[in-house]
Amino acid sequence: MPTVSMTVNGKSVSGEVEGRTLLVQFLRDHLSLTGTHVGCDTGQCGACVVNVNGDSMKSCNMLAASADGAEVKTIEGMANDDGSLGVIQQAFQDNHGLQCGFCTPGMVMTADDLLARNPNPSEVEIREYLEGNLCRCTGYHNIVKSIQAASAAMTAGE
Amino acid sequence: MYNFDYVKASSVADATAALGGDAQAISGGQTLIPTLKARLGQPSSLVDLSGVAEMSGITAGDGSVTIGGAVTHHAVSESGDVPASVAALAAGIGDPAVRHRGTIGGSVANNDPSACYPSACLGLGATIHTSGGDVAADDYFQGMFDTALGEGQIVTGVTFPTPAKANYQKFVQPASRFALVGVFVSQMADGYVRVAVTGASESGVFRWSDAETALAGNFSADVVPAAPSADGMIADLHGSAAYRAHLISVMTKRAVAAC
Repeated sequence: MPTVSMTVNGKSVSGEVEGRTLLVQFLRDHLSLTGTHVGCDTGQCGACVVNVNGDSMKSCNMLAASADGAEVKTIEGMANDDGSLGVIQQAFQDNHGLQCGFCTPGMVMTADDLLARNPNPSEVEIREYLEGNLCRCTGYHNIVKSIQAASAAMTAGE
Repeated sequence: MYNFDYVKASSVADATAALGGDAQAISGGQTLIPTLKARLGQPSSLVDLSGVAEMSGITAGDGSVTIGGAVTHHAVSESGDVPASVAALAAGIGDPAVRHRGTIGGSVANNDPSACYPSACLGLGATIHTSGGDVAADDYFQGMFDTALGEGQIVTGVTFPTPAKANYQKFVQPASRFALVGVFVSQMADGYVRVAVTGASESGVFRWSDAETALAGNFSADVVPAAPSADGMIADLHGSAAYRAHLISVMTKRAVAAC
């Protein structure tokens, strides 16, 4: 069985996986980082989005072995160092950007990716960037507001 | 998913040595992994091409650009070296997370009848570079999921000539973001016109020669013929064969108008 090593949320980790082990299974089952969710398991819904080497990717649609040597960031890496909610997480709470919360890890990770590339996205740009993240509760309006609020807070904080 | 051995290739030679038999190549895996999850395939090993350095770059040439097989849709969409029509096509594939992982080589090797890239290859007269040699796009696409690739061969890159004008118009199937019908139109500096259609035909991507002939005389949306015959067009719950045939004419007009 292949051994994979990667950096997850700043920590070096390694483990033995099967060829077919998905990145999301490695995160959840091997590392017990269960914040990353498996929604559809077909690459459609985006609940499993994590950041790999600076790009958002669907961790249910990627082999753990392919992430060998990668720098991975998950929802567990989004909080502040003191454990308080990070800017994007706080904005989701303040703006009711989640209801059941199942899609939220993927939404936050996609928002993090968007704001890293485009710190002041328009509403249209936010909606377009969320194309691969499905939410069945909110109707998206409050998710968009949350990302706008996070954008404003990050810009003000600079 | 059935289990398989994982092989990380570091060069094209490495990859082809590991392929053959029941081994299969994987690039971004955005189509292949869901397929394997559905147990529609059972490879003995997967040979990962995503780390092959010689397939990872975009190289501008004289009147052309070569995109390595392992280059992601996102990288193509951001490149200033590729034709704007190809960058825009790449920016419209799937969603951001899929574009960060999926590759041009994987798309061209798979030749899904609704994928976007085959229409750009055929619509620009690209050259497909394979581990078995170079193949003209006109000879490479041989039907639904069928290509000129031999057993154990991989797509190492694609060279696109620079068009005078080109545009891709895609009528999106809203659930999958694949093309219900997509049309890539180009005109080269010498006036040569290509019209390549994806998503519509049961035989995969094809050139609409009636439209090419009409546009060669007068490159204007007004001369695009009415819908071609619906014979051999895909019919499913998203659209009938006649609907797809109609869309071919509509999307061709839009593409010509946008050139």
